[in-house]
Amino acid sequence: MFSSKMSRKLATKTLTALGVASVLSLPQMVQADAFPERPVSMVVSYSPGGATDFQARIVTMLAGNESYLGQPMVILNKPGAGGKIGWDFYASKAKKNGYELAAYNVPHFIAQSIVFKTKYNIDNLEPIANWGADPAVLVVGKDSPFNTLEDLMSFAKENPKKVTFSGAGLYVGHHIAFLQFAKESGLKMTYIPHKGGTPAMKSVMGGQVKAGFNNLSDAFRNKDSVKILAVADLQRNTKFLPDVPTFMEKGVNVDDSSVNFRGIMARKGTPPEVLSYLSQRVPLMFEDNKTTKKMSAAGSPVRVLSREEVIKMWKEREVYLKELLADLKK
Amino acid sequence: MLEFLQYLPEVFTPWNFMILVLGTVGGLILGATPGLSPTMAVALLIPFTFHMEPATGLILLGAAYTSTVAGGAVSAILLSIPGAPANIATTLDGNPLAKQGKATSALHYCFISSFVGGVIGVFVLIFFTPTLSEWALGFGPSHLFWVAILGVTVIGTLGSGSVVKGLFSGFVGLWISTIGYDPVLGVERFNYSEHLGGGINIIAALVGLFAIPQVLSMLTPQMMPGGVQKFAMETQSVMTSVKETLQRWKALVVGSFIGVLVGLIPGAGGQIAGLVAYDQTKKLSRNKEMFGKGEPAGVIAAESANNAMVGPSLVPLLTLSVPGSPTAAVLLGGLLIHGLFPGPALFTEHAPVVWTFINSLLVGQLLMCVFGIMIARYSRFVMDIPEFYMAAAITVLAVFGTFSVQNSFSDVFVMMTLGVVMYFASKIGFSPSPVVLGIILGPIAESNFLQGQMIAEVGEGSFTYFFGGPLNIVLVGVVAMSIVYSAYSELKQKKQQRTAQQNDADYRAEQEGV
Repeated sequence: MFSSKMSRKLATKTLTALGVASVLSLPQMVQADAFPERPVSMVVSYSPGGATDFQARIVTMLAGNESYLGQPMVILNKPGAGGKIGWDFYASKAKKNGYELAAYNVPHFIAQSIVFKTKYNIDNLEPIANWGADPAVLVVGKDSPFNTLEDLMSFAKENPKKVTFSGAGLYVGHHIAFLQFAKESGLKMTYIPHKGGTPAMKSVMGGQVKAGFNNLSDAFRNKDSVKILAVADLQRNTKFLPDVPTFMEKGVNVDDSSVNFRGIMARKGTPPEVLSYLSQRVPLMFEDNKTTKKMSAAGSPVRVLSREEVIKMWKEREVYLKELLADLKK
Repeated sequence: MLEFLQYLPEVFTPWNFMILVLGTVGGLILGATPGLSPTMAVALLIPFTFHMEPATGLILLGAAYTSTVAGGAVSAILLSIPGAPANIATTLDGNPLAKQGKATSALHYCFISSFVGGVIGVFVLIFFTPTLSEWALGFGPSHLFWVAILGVTVIGTLGSGSVVKGLFSGFVGLWISTIGYDPVLGVERFNYSEHLGGGINIIAALVGLFAIPQVLSMLTPQMMPGGVQKFAMETQSVMTSVKETLQRWKALVVGSFIGVLVGLIPGAGGQIAGLVAYDQTKKLSRNKEMFGKGEPAGVIAAESANNAMVGPSLVPLLTLSVPGSPTAAVLLGGLLIHGLFPGPALFTEHAPVVWTFINSLLVGQLLMCVFGIMIARYSRFVMDIPEFYMAAAITVLAVFGTFSVQNSFSDVFVMMTLGVVMYFASKIGFSPSPVVLGIILGPIAESNFLQGQMIAEVGEGSFTYFFGGPLNIVLVGVVAMSIVYSAYSELKQKKQQRTAQQNDADYRAEQEGV
């Protein structure tokens, strides 16, 4: 009796050990053609219906095609605290097998990882590909006395701190654009964080703030209710806003550090063959005609970058943001 | 002006109409499920609209928005568990009515007044959109702060319990709302556990505070104090209910008007429409003491308000891309996916789609009322289910509903904890409504105060910013009136009680003396 119990226990243990071993060896066994054999999930750190969410849904809608992943991608929303909740969850809890991916927003997650105690940073995440880039633009209300960037700057010079800016929260693209603008122009202005891009835009339209930084796509959609004075990017946006100058054209050295890049990432430790499979197929899916057509119908600028380009972009952003945010703390 | 009539037939094409009916019936059922709020329902449906024609997709979202708001009243009345934050005020009188054996009438009042409020709301959307959207934009941080404070003044008098307990519960709610990250500056507060990282989600709190105490009470044997009282459902003809609802036209008017107003204001949170309307109706009513004990006017005011909010919340959304309610914010995503950019051009460039959508809201109100009344008829079968099955079903729904909001188990733990605490608190006379109201109003008041403060500091100064301008003055006036009136009626009631007691005592003294 006793011994049979023992032996059963032993058998269970061996089985468990075998099971664990086989699970552990699974990632190595996954061949490029075997992956993926079931739907792939993607964590979106913002609420359903928001810009990141609906863009994520558009760019992943073709994942089921045989030429891309051959399996659908399922969106899992984990909103809260400006994206921190979702990314903290992803970087600490998600599986590293390529079946659990996440959407990233640069500069948001990099800036947050510098300023706050977060479980994520660029070193424990692996980019797969970038689908979009939404530059920050400077907007003022339709009835604002400012018609050009110069108008606004000369007013700000005479009235320190009086020009109030809205933006979608702290350490997001809009805030970074504001910090850069303030630093490079040497002007004293006030930033009022809002709960998201839409309320921030509303404050500009309603005249509650004098100006704001917002997404190019949202500003473009609202071009009847706001004036767009400048784009925080290296080049003008020829597709949506060909007539709006960049800050650099106007002599203010604001580069593309605040551009809101959106893409897909995996956790560090994901098997390399899975990573390379995903980083080959996913950009093709982003570039599909159906995807780009739907994206431009929704007013969202597409910018597809490969894994290598994103790795480089993340590193550059981190270096720059550390410098910019260190200045701020002084 | 009557352009909308031109596109009315579009709603009745077989496919569109089928989607509208499906959306309405599905919405009523989803709405009645605790934890599935209108915002969630619309968000869940957006991916399904991907492959539909834009108009059809929007019909589905619009139908879901309309009917989930009304459907939430079913569980509010029958189980005292509001399906969504918008239905909190409905529980206050709806559930006592049901316990008095008037559940069918309560459900009828609810759907009829939802229909009236909803139609008024859609007409506001059809006829006054351009005029009102500019007005809605004028609401800045200072005004929203006062609107939230107006909501706070309602807290003490909510329900039939004592004012002090009401205020205390409201205070606890306000405190709960500060857990997590500061809405403006991102500072962590009261973050003792990993589960509290994102703050307390409003849906988790709503489900926990209302549903769990109900479940626990259902499991208490009926003989014991605190057991749930079973009630039968009466039969009532719809015509009688229509007549009784129309007799209380004052509640309908007040509810619809406040619903429209709150819906228009971006950022005020449509959930408070029902509560404010309920409170105002109570204040204007001659038999105040009946409220909270099963007064039909309470149900009528609350439900007409939360459906009247639907149409107007789309006014600033469609013309200026500024959503008037959290659900409208989600709906914005649904519009963008189909390349429909809200703005003045929307009504010219995409007239067929937009007008078909708005018409479907109008027709949807009628369908919602008809199907709602049918559901009321079949609710009796739900009520016949033995309590332990009911308790199990509610628990399952509560857990799934809470989990699905953010796919988070932390929310489920928070929901359970709040629920168990609320169960014991309810034993000593505390009610959940003021707590939830505190949780809803806290962030609105706080973030708008902080934003306003930041703007005022570099501008005209805090006093001028918060008290200057006609809109601020009007709002402060309303707030002051609300407080003074509450205090006045409270004192009057006390005085009446005291004279009554005095008379009693005198009488007794006389008797004894004799």
